[in-house]
Amino acid sequence: MRALIVLAAGAGASLLSLLLALTFGSVPLSLSDVLAGLWGVSAGVPHDIIWQLRLPRAFAAFACGGLLALAGVLLQALLRNALADSYILGVSGGASLGALGAITLGLGVAAGNAAALTGALAAIAVVFGVTFRGGKGNEWNVYRLLLSGVVLSAGFAALTSLILVIAPSAQVKGMLFWLMGDLSYADSPLAACALLMLLTAGSLAIAARLDLLALGDGKARSLGVDVTVLQLMIFFGAAAATVAAVMLGGTIGFVGLMMPHAVRLMGVTRHRLLLPAAVLAGGSFLTLADTCARTLMAPQQLPVGIFTALIGVPCMLYLLTRRA
Amino acid sequence: MLTCKDITLAVAGRRFCQGVGITVLPGEVWGVLGPNGSGKTTLLHTLAGLAAPAAGVVTIDGQPLMQMDGLARARAAGILPQHDEAEFWGTALEYVSLGCFPNAPAWRGWRGGDEAATIDALQQAGVAALAERRYASLSGGERQRVRFAQLLAQAPRYLLLDEPLQHLDLRYQIHMLERLAALTRGGDDQRAVVMVLHDVLWPTRYCTHALLLDGAGTGRSGRASEMLTRENLQALFGCALQPAGDKPEAGFVPAL
Repeated sequence: MRALIVLAAGAGASLLSLLLALTFGSVPLSLSDVLAGLWGVSAGVPHDIIWQLRLPRAFAAFACGGLLALAGVLLQALLRNALADSYILGVSGGASLGALGAITLGLGVAAGNAAALTGALAAIAVVFGVTFRGGKGNEWNVYRLLLSGVVLSAGFAALTSLILVIAPSAQVKGMLFWLMGDLSYADSPLAACALLMLLTAGSLAIAARLDLLALGDGKARSLGVDVTVLQLMIFFGAAAATVAAVMLGGTIGFVGLMMPHAVRLMGVTRHRLLLPAAVLAGGSFLTLADTCARTLMAPQQLPVGIFTALIGVPCMLYLLTRRA
Repeated sequence: MLTCKDITLAVAGRRFCQGVGITVLPGEVWGVLGPNGSGKTTLLHTLAGLAAPAAGVVTIDGQPLMQMDGLARARAAGILPQHDEAEFWGTALEYVSLGCFPNAPAWRGWRGGDEAATIDALQQAGVAALAERRYASLSGGERQRVRFAQLLAQAPRYLLLDEPLQHLDLRYQIHMLERLAALTRGGDDQRAVVMVLHDVLWPTRYCTHALLLDGAGTGRSGRASEMLTRENLQALFGCALQPAGDKPEAGFVPAL
């Protein structure tokens, strides 16, 4: 019963956030304009604005938020650490370094994306290579995983700062947008949406095993879970989700850490409900935040990362006080 | 039949249980006794299939434990570890229901465990009243009983318990020992128990067999009545003991 309420609330919030994202923007549209543009009239300015600008952007924001929240849930389960978020493996640091390096060198968008992807994948490869020891009787020590991710992130942060210091000041603003997270260039969300659905379905299939992992590796194994295989699935699933999200919107903070906790604070602990609820919450939250980022100082666009923090921090603090 | 054949265990360069061979049959209650650091926990982990022995082999009904499918092994042998590896965020009910995982039908455990089995396990362990409490908010003894309930929900044929009486008050120590004894009786659904115990009062009353691990890396096993003598236990722990009563199974207490 509670599962139905939680999922209905998540679906409602998702629809509402998408509708708001279509309605608000630098060109004001009324709700009837939006509905007519979506289903009715197939020509005219509202139709074009909705189908070519706002709909792709809204879905990009939703997919990005959903992926970050999904990665957050997965990594918190893997590392059994409440402070784990989607960026704990150093993915964002590697991607940032690649992207900023490309901007410094004056490369184009495609080359910049390739550089960011390379950086993210390199970070995953290093963290995995340093910590994973395959084979029977060789446990994957998740504390080492956590520490190596943190250490690697620190290294990337230092190099990123170095680039910011030495880069020509004209380029710094674009770099800051990248670092704060920005969905301005996210105009083709189809692949990310497909990945989000695929990863959510895959995670749901192993939801019971994720629950068991909370007991610790040994106890989970004694209950019949192949822990190493499960850890690998979580690691690469979360890595894929984070990489896709970062490629879409840069390093948007707060969503991956806080959305799982926001759902948990509503009393949801089982992964079979936590996963879809966190995906819907993360998606609608980032869609709302991105709508704010587009509209509050329109036509000037602001980095969405600012709004995820500005909206999220008071909401989380409220949830925390309510629980106490 | 749970069998250890000529095993040797190794942890961090130290060797334990060298050449130990035991056979545990349904209906038996084994007590594993020995001083701190004599390899009791390592042995239990090995019997649960969580660690491979450095030498020798552990089998259940003839099948080597390390080659069994994880779920089949979990239905055969379950362990109550000495302590939790991680903090659990949910309720006691959720904690116990996780034990049902190896018994769940296809779409394994997606329903979140068998509700009837979970409630039955909570009742057997005497913790039904704690079901909705957050696991982290329970006292040490309450937690130990909830952990026991999870093992009961798993319902393995061989129950391996590492210091099961820790944190329990006297009433629940007896309650747990009686539950374990009851599981090993009961007709065609007989279970077996292997437990690490740290006192010299209960083993003579509840164990049918005993394995005594000395600090030197070897061990001896046999019927409880032959193994759990005053002389053996005094030598094992290096303390003077006196009988706790007139009957031979009354057990011992430290000598005055």
